[in-house]
Amino acid sequence: MLEVSKLECARGERLLFRDLNFVLEAGTLLEVRGANGSGKTSLLRMLCGFLQPAAGEISWRGKTVNAGNEEYRSELAYLGHHNALKDELTPLENLRYALRLSGIGATDTRLQEALEWAGLRERRHQSCATLSQGQRRRVSLARIKLSPSRRFWILDEPFTALDVAAVERTRDLVAAHLAGGGMAALTTHQEVPIPAPATQRVELSA
Amino acid sequence: MSAPGLLDSVVAVVARDLRIALRRRADVMTSLIFFVIVVSLFPLGVGADPVLLRTLGPGVVWVAALLACMLALARLFANDYADGTLEQMVLAPQPLALLVLAKTAAHWLTTGLPLVIVAPLLGVQFDLDADALLILLASLLLGTPTLSLIGGIGAALTLGLRGGGALLALLVLPLYIPVLIFGAGAVEASAAALGAGAHLSLLAALLLGSLVFAPWATALALRIAIE
Amino acid sequence: MIMTDIRWFKYSSPQTFYPLAGTLAPWFSAAAALLAIAGLYISFFMAPTDFQQGEAYRIIFIHVPAAWMSMFLYLVMAVWAAIGLAWNTRLSSMMACAIAPTGAIMTFIALWTGALWGKPMWGAWWVWDARLTSELILLFLYLGFMFLHAAIDDPRRADRAAAVIAIVGAINVPIIYFSVKWWNTLHQGASVSLMRSPSMAATMLLGMLVMALAFWMYSIAVILMRVRCVIIERERHADWIKAPGALE
Repeated sequence: MLEVSKLECARGERLLFRDLNFVLEAGTLLEVRGANGSGKTSLLRMLCGFLQPAAGEISWRGKTVNAGNEEYRSELAYLGHHNALKDELTPLENLRYALRLSGIGATDTRLQEALEWAGLRERRHQSCATLSQGQRRRVSLARIKLSPSRRFWILDEPFTALDVAAVERTRDLVAAHLAGGGMAALTTHQEVPIPAPATQRVELSA
Repeated sequence: MSAPGLLDSVVAVVARDLRIALRRRADVMTSLIFFVIVVSLFPLGVGADPVLLRTLGPGVVWVAALLACMLALARLFANDYADGTLEQMVLAPQPLALLVLAKTAAHWLTTGLPLVIVAPLLGVQFDLDADALLILLASLLLGTPTLSLIGGIGAALTLGLRGGGALLALLVLPLYIPVLIFGAGAVEASAAALGAGAHLSLLAALLLGSLVFAPWATALALRIAIE
Repeated sequence: MIMTDIRWFKYSSPQTFYPLAGTLAPWFSAAAALLAIAGLYISFFMAPTDFQQGEAYRIIFIHVPAAWMSMFLYLVMAVWAAIGLAWNTRLSSMMACAIAPTGAIMTFIALWTGALWGKPMWGAWWVWDARLTSELILLFLYLGFMFLHAAIDDPRRADRAAAVIAIVGAINVPIIYFSVKWWNTLHQGASVSLMRSPSMAATMLLGMLVMALAFWMYSIAVILMRVRCVIIERERHADWIKAPGALE
């Protein structure tokens, strides 16, 4: 479904990786590993279509991933380094906006459930500025949880700042998505084994 | 993406930005107060001769509006860029240019429109008569959206750059010149009883042109900025 | 047809263009020098004294070609930048980068000579003449392109961002020019124009055309030399540049 061939990435004058090839099918988890600065985030951002490959190609269902590929974007959910939350808004407002923006319909009950899952039910009407780093990450993950219709999840360090219980819940969330025929690509520094029908590993060495 | 989904996303963007502006009223007020102060400085600098002020009035109000619009541009994308919401906007399955247009509309409502509303009061300080005030209002109403649209290109290009503010001015101000000429010219022409119709039509033409072209260029610049 | 296509692609890579530019640059330099000598001779010794403007009018032999080049080069720069943006061709963006300083210099010369001419004609170094004002704005556009490019560390990203502003600028140049002209007529600014000599003698025209050609040749020569520098700077890690004899 997602095909990556001869992918090359250069940032400034540094060549981060070259000749990277892999194919992801339904139910596959892609684990990207490597030291700091080895290009993990760059690879994920390339999969999102933010970064243009220096060489090689990424294609989704046979069509090249680029600015014009709106079908691909409608099957994508992305969790970046930043949580993509507005400090001025409450968790509930942030989620509602994010889902409307990407055209995912969700009732308020489902939003409430997702915040419940994130352990933020009591804080749903508080502004995000008052939340801790871990709590913000959980709001962001709640957005991913509300996007099961998105086939491909791209998660950059999803476990950052999370406590043990939240890490487990997030792991289960990704595992359930994969079991349901979804796909995910993620980077992490923590050893969190995620059960998946199939797992692909990419080791980046700078 | 279906048309209702598209419209819903656009409305969501506008509603979110308006809500944030409402919760950050100080930001909105800053550029408005800047506008008022700059205009009020001129009589102190050039003297309070009513004839002189009447000639200077339209130009001064327009230049101050230009600068106030430019100052506000820094807020258009910078916060979204910093907190990651801009990335999510680029990832949305809708055409980015349309979402940019939505953001620019919200931005104009919170920065351009207040200037337009306050401007007649400042015109009175410069002893402009009722007709001239009306034309000033009309010219600002037609001109300031163009400033927001063109400015968006510069704001997107300078995202995350050191010295971004001064660079933004260098990029954007030369592009503002036609709007300034026709905007201030409209008021002067009406004061000279020449009729402001031609000026206002040209301002409208600039607005239409930038409505078509600027969001597309801004979207392109945003994709470059988040690389 | 196919043959020529292949040739074009061949020269669109920095590696093959580098020696080509090196071969061509001296020829253009020589042509520029010869034309400039001829042009200056015509302008200073053959062209008659203008009965209205006296000897001071002779500055148009520098001013007008510089002003022409400044506008034309902006367009060429924007086209190269746009090609680089659309097809991701490195050499096109490098060309745009190499053109910008020459264009800015031409704009500056046009402004400078305009001011020198203005003093005896209008009695002021600077008047808000439509042409001079447009040149001033053009200088800002060039500076914007160069400063934006310089502010972005990653050269490819800088190319793409600068291309956007070059295209936007190119679309705006006619609008700006028209609006400034309109503004100028309304305000009855300076009405004497540099170009509107009542009877342009044939030798004057000839002098101007030869000088214009000299400016052309000079610009091409300088741009070719500069693009060689840009290529070395950007490609210094490439294998071909490290090969012995590559930079000869």
